[in-house]
Amino acid sequence: MLSRGVHPLMAEAAHIPDEAETRARWGGFAWTAENADRAKVVIARYPAGRQHSAILPLLDLAQRQVGAETQTQGWLPVPVIEYVAAQLDMPYIRAFEVATFYTMFNLAPVGRYHVQVCGTTPCMLRGSDDVLDACYKKGLKKGHTTPDGLFTLTEVECLGACANAPMVQINDDNYEDLTFDSTTALLEALARGETPKPGPQIARQTSCPEGGPTSLAEMVDANVDYRSRW
Amino acid sequence: MPKLTVDGIEVEVPAGATVLQACEAAGKEIPRFCYHERLSIAGNCRMCLVEVKPGPPKPQASCALPAADGQEIQTMSPMVKKAREGVMEFLLINHPLDCPICDQGGECDLQDQSVAYGRGQSRFHENKRAVTEKYMGPIVKTVMTRCIQCTRCVRFAEEVAGVEEIGAIGRGENMQITSYLEKAITSELSGNVVDLCPVGALTSKPYAFEARPWELKKTPAIDVMDAVGTNIRLDSRGRQVLRALPRINDDVNEEWASDKTRHAVDGLVRSRLDKPFVRKNGRLVAASWDEAFAAIRAANAGASAAAIAGDLVDAETMFAAKALVRAMGSTMLEGRQTGLAYDVSSLSAVNFNTTIAGIETADAILILGSNVRWEAPLVNTRIRKAVKRGARVWAIGPEVDLTYKVTWLGNDLSLLGDLPKELVEAFGKAQRPALIVGGAALKPEGAQAASLGLIDTLGLIRDGWNGYNVLHFSAARMAGLMLGYAQAGGIADIVAQAPRLVFFLAADEVDFSRFEQSFKVYVGHHGDAGAAAADVVLPGAAYTEKSGTWVNLEGRVQRGERAVFAPGDAREDWTIFRALADVLGLTLGFDTFEQLRAAMAREVPALGQLGLADIAWQRPSLSGPAPTGPIGAAIKDFYLTNAICRASPTMQRCSAEILHGETFLEAAE
Repeated sequence: MLSRGVHPLMAEAAHIPDEAETRARWGGFAWTAENADRAKVVIARYPAGRQHSAILPLLDLAQRQVGAETQTQGWLPVPVIEYVAAQLDMPYIRAFEVATFYTMFNLAPVGRYHVQVCGTTPCMLRGSDDVLDACYKKGLKKGHTTPDGLFTLTEVECLGACANAPMVQINDDNYEDLTFDSTTALLEALARGETPKPGPQIARQTSCPEGGPTSLAEMVDANVDYRSRW
Repeated sequence: MPKLTVDGIEVEVPAGATVLQACEAAGKEIPRFCYHERLSIAGNCRMCLVEVKPGPPKPQASCALPAADGQEIQTMSPMVKKAREGVMEFLLINHPLDCPICDQGGECDLQDQSVAYGRGQSRFHENKRAVTEKYMGPIVKTVMTRCIQCTRCVRFAEEVAGVEEIGAIGRGENMQITSYLEKAITSELSGNVVDLCPVGALTSKPYAFEARPWELKKTPAIDVMDAVGTNIRLDSRGRQVLRALPRINDDVNEEWASDKTRHAVDGLVRSRLDKPFVRKNGRLVAASWDEAFAAIRAANAGASAAAIAGDLVDAETMFAAKALVRAMGSTMLEGRQTGLAYDVSSLSAVNFNTTIAGIETADAILILGSNVRWEAPLVNTRIRKAVKRGARVWAIGPEVDLTYKVTWLGNDLSLLGDLPKELVEAFGKAQRPALIVGGAALKPEGAQAASLGLIDTLGLIRDGWNGYNVLHFSAARMAGLMLGYAQAGGIADIVAQAPRLVFFLAADEVDFSRFEQSFKVYVGHHGDAGAAAADVVLPGAAYTEKSGTWVNLEGRVQRGERAVFAPGDAREDWTIFRALADVLGLTLGFDTFEQLRAAMAREVPALGQLGLADIAWQRPSLSGPAPTGPIGAAIKDFYLTNAICRASPTMQRCSAEILHGETFLEAAE
């Protein structure tokens, strides 16, 4: 029998700031003029009386605004969730349920770069452990933000880019086909303030086969009728 | 009307019924955790799996499957049994094996059903999930590791209680049920989630570790905390009532009970009057029954006697007191202890004429001066149902949150003469319009007449529909009015006649300074305001300690039974008046409880027959000045409305925490 200890997910959970502190800092949250207009556009997408449906885009917008204000990727302090819920005339708990359900919403502050390493089976088989090791070597720790406020590391489940495994999502971009070295280079580039090219980090176009087409190769240049060869 | 067979038994169910309901109609028991008759269907526990033909060759959740014509349902096939055993095994993976220290033990759905579908051993060797406790307020204790996420509590809070404060946060294995930010649930119905919880995740905090269900004596009774007449079951052990639970009565309380109904019972063992007291030199001194009776005889009241009934007393007590006062030669009886003096010439005009269940079907409702949520929480849930069906609600009075959408017109009685056009039009179009007049609205002069006037303006009375309702708050009110506990001018009439002797029947809300010249005898169960002001205190029985008849606000005559005996020297109230009659040399006409009930039924036949009393509509002709001015609040504090709940530590804590925002530190376990 395995030893019974603290659930690994609990140890990794990010620290949620104290409620009083959060309310003092974010109690006065309101849309910027630009976001207020965007919120109106989002709400207008749904029929009257169904405005609750706008909760996802609005929470995302709010998280981005918090991010812009804090020079990070943003998170959702409780008063901000309440602000959005109030705008949609929605009970707070219902908005809170949504915010806690989706892992894309951060319930605790994150750094400027939110490094989300996929650890699900295809990525794991293709070397996500190396990607994580590279992160650890750079001082990143699951569920924590580095002291310089740059990186927050989270291990996530499948992000749907299995063809390019292993991969990480950093902010809104995917970086794919990673190795220990390319991950290290990626983090270093980000730390320097550069914006590395998203997508595959090897010579490969999107999720096309590595090194060129492996089937229907003759069709790359011109249309070929294969039927006679079947 | 689909016809289907369940295990070979043919049943016909109404269109729209589910397979689970069809199985029940066929007499088959389907195990379930998430499904509940009075809540929406969630279909997430998967315990109610059955085999359905035609259909995919796999078991299906019967609670969420509509019954269709020609279906063949198997509820006991090997496939079904195996599937349910699988579900049970998954449910038990994360459920702790702590039944011996769990309060739900003995009345736990999971425990019962695991007997039928559980495996003998666990095959699960990984870590069990542990969930931190969630604070839900002074009523609900949580042990969230036991939670199986059936979401009954979430659905109850949203659909019935109308306070969306419970939810499921997180996802997958990390999903947790919690109140919003772990704050106390601000509902007067929160105790019902304890009954709904099929496991021991939500248990009763005041009742924690008090008793096991099998050691409790269960007595059917009627609640007296408000005038709804909630049907309750009193669970007692020895001489103490440990808890009160609702009984199912679809006409009255469905299967809910307010927190006050459930948890005021711990006030029954505190501040009790357990021996007679006589005032000597300004102080109440403990005395024997003989001394107390002698003191009353020495008052030498002659015919100058009166009886004032409190909010909680049963009809038998009031009848016994009435018989004594009558034998002394007086007719001074009053039950509206706070001084209300509305006209009672027609009982039907102070009755809840739509009935409690009937208000559900109303399509336009005007609430006049009533915080229904506090004065009758279970009438409020009915109005909420009506609103969900599309009824519109307007209200005049101090603005409060009634848990549904209300158009507040303002707090001024002059609005009655000048109702908004929109309202009058909506009532004109409505099929079943209803008016609910609260006790506070009956106080200002002319208000009752004006409310009766609305019968014409709003067309409240139609063929087979009487939408004129008065919402009483006091459990004793309707029986008191039937027994004649009402003077034309209310309590002021009695004050004006300055009786030499006044009996206060557990009446604590009276302005006792108006009775300074009278010899005051308090017959009641709690050492509250009434006992403090009295010259003689005679210890009586609380509602759990006597069999009694109560009439609820819709005129439904109901009887409760005695669960425990009154403490110390306290006696059932009617015996006190019977004994006192002997001391005073009077005859009351009854020697036993049965004789008393028979005499009462002779005088007021309705009180001898259980069920809705036949109160024929008769409109009193009242006139008065057009009322103006604001309406007050009938209740200032929901949790502290009578002597029993004022003595209850649970109710005091609820009041402090939920209504006054005080915070309490939880003791670390």
